[in-house]
Amino acid sequence: MSSEHDLLDLHGEVSLDETVLDVELPGSGRVATPEVAEYAMRLGDDSLILSQQLAWWVSRSPELEEDLALGNLALDLLGHARALLHFAGTASNRSEDDLAFWRDEPEFLNCWLVEQPGTDFGDMIARQLYFSIYQVQLYTALLTSADESLAAIAAKAEREVRYHQDHAVQWILRLAGGTEESRERILIALNDMWPYVDELFTDDDLTDRLDGIAARPSSLRAGFDETINAVFAEAGIEIPTAKPAMTGGRQGRHSTLLGYILAELQWLPRRHPGAKW
Amino acid sequence: MRPSDEASARVWDLAATILDPEVPALTIEDLGVLREAHANGNTAHVVLTPTYSGCPAIDQMRDDVASALREAGYDDVQVSYTLSPAWTTDWMTDAGKRKLEDYGIAPPMARSSEVRGPIPVTLGVKCPRCHSLHTREISKFGSTSCKALYQCQKCQEPFDYFKIH
Repeated sequence: MSSEHDLLDLHGEVSLDETVLDVELPGSGRVATPEVAEYAMRLGDDSLILSQQLAWWVSRSPELEEDLALGNLALDLLGHARALLHFAGTASNRSEDDLAFWRDEPEFLNCWLVEQPGTDFGDMIARQLYFSIYQVQLYTALLTSADESLAAIAAKAEREVRYHQDHAVQWILRLAGGTEESRERILIALNDMWPYVDELFTDDDLTDRLDGIAARPSSLRAGFDETINAVFAEAGIEIPTAKPAMTGGRQGRHSTLLGYILAELQWLPRRHPGAKW
Repeated sequence: MRPSDEASARVWDLAATILDPEVPALTIEDLGVLREAHANGNTAHVVLTPTYSGCPAIDQMRDDVASALREAGYDDVQVSYTLSPAWTTDWMTDAGKRKLEDYGIAPPMARSSEVRGPIPVTLGVKCPRCHSLHTREISKFGSTSCKALYQCQKCQEPFDYFKIH
């Protein structure tokens, strides 16, 4: 690292440390291949969009402890998104901020589940349940990725998303075992989010080609089902019967919902390019 | 770990004075965030590792380390991060755990490997004020990523618990 990478400004202006992050990942100076970058972008976009969605809840949760919990989850996801998008950006010489703020909907590769509305508490918890169980399986599998950067990111994330899963499971048990209304509403939410589960476990050409580097999505399904079955059995819930939705997030095909999320996420840096504080 | 050569050990010791901005009872050495220190003439290089992936305190720690080294006379100061191996509370020093408790935060009650095995061990969390083990978890999430909220059933005081990670 040379002095041009020195981001300390003793006059108090601290910028986001894109250049310091260059050496954050193991095997410093490693550049992702275009295929690994595309895979990292899928994972990073999932985390970025869900982080943005969860941050909406801060100050709106039913209790202060839940504000803290959801804020913590959003922060973890943002940390994962930063590391993954930074790594993805090494393939095209783009920074994490550039990727987060200056791509449009068709360039985002997140799954449809994370763009589903979650401003109803039950919807948000149902989305959290499916996604956090998936992420525990995902990052556990990536611990042994042949790509050392993905494995290093996974080693941190895997510990963190276990808290996310636990948080969602506790709420499912409480809501399903609570009042008649809470049970009815969480059942509806679990059913409404179910059509977006299949996309998480769908292999495609990219994941085929990245065998040993990517976690093969279909290989994560058995672990997901095992956890879901155990949670639903405990909560006395049947597996939803809703059919899989037509999706396509990994190829950049999105519902109209993503545009609204990106509008809020991106307006400030687009209105004031290069803004810092 | 603290380097054996004298020049690098000096850099380590300077970096080791920096406090965690969120938990100022602990130095970054106590916390296990300080990983490496190297010196070469007027050049100092320190490697830190973040605690949780999203923890914003790491940037403040980096700036504080850089300031301390510059003030100590190093012209070329580099502070970089590593993600691997992933940080764990097992790296927290015993001195750090005592300081945490004195500060009013219950330290991690077990090693990470013990709670991650096939049969997780759950240990009672000890109240940092009256030392009772009769405590209950209020929330798994607290004011920072690394802490949970507890309450002592004996003295009734609420307190922070530094989670095993």
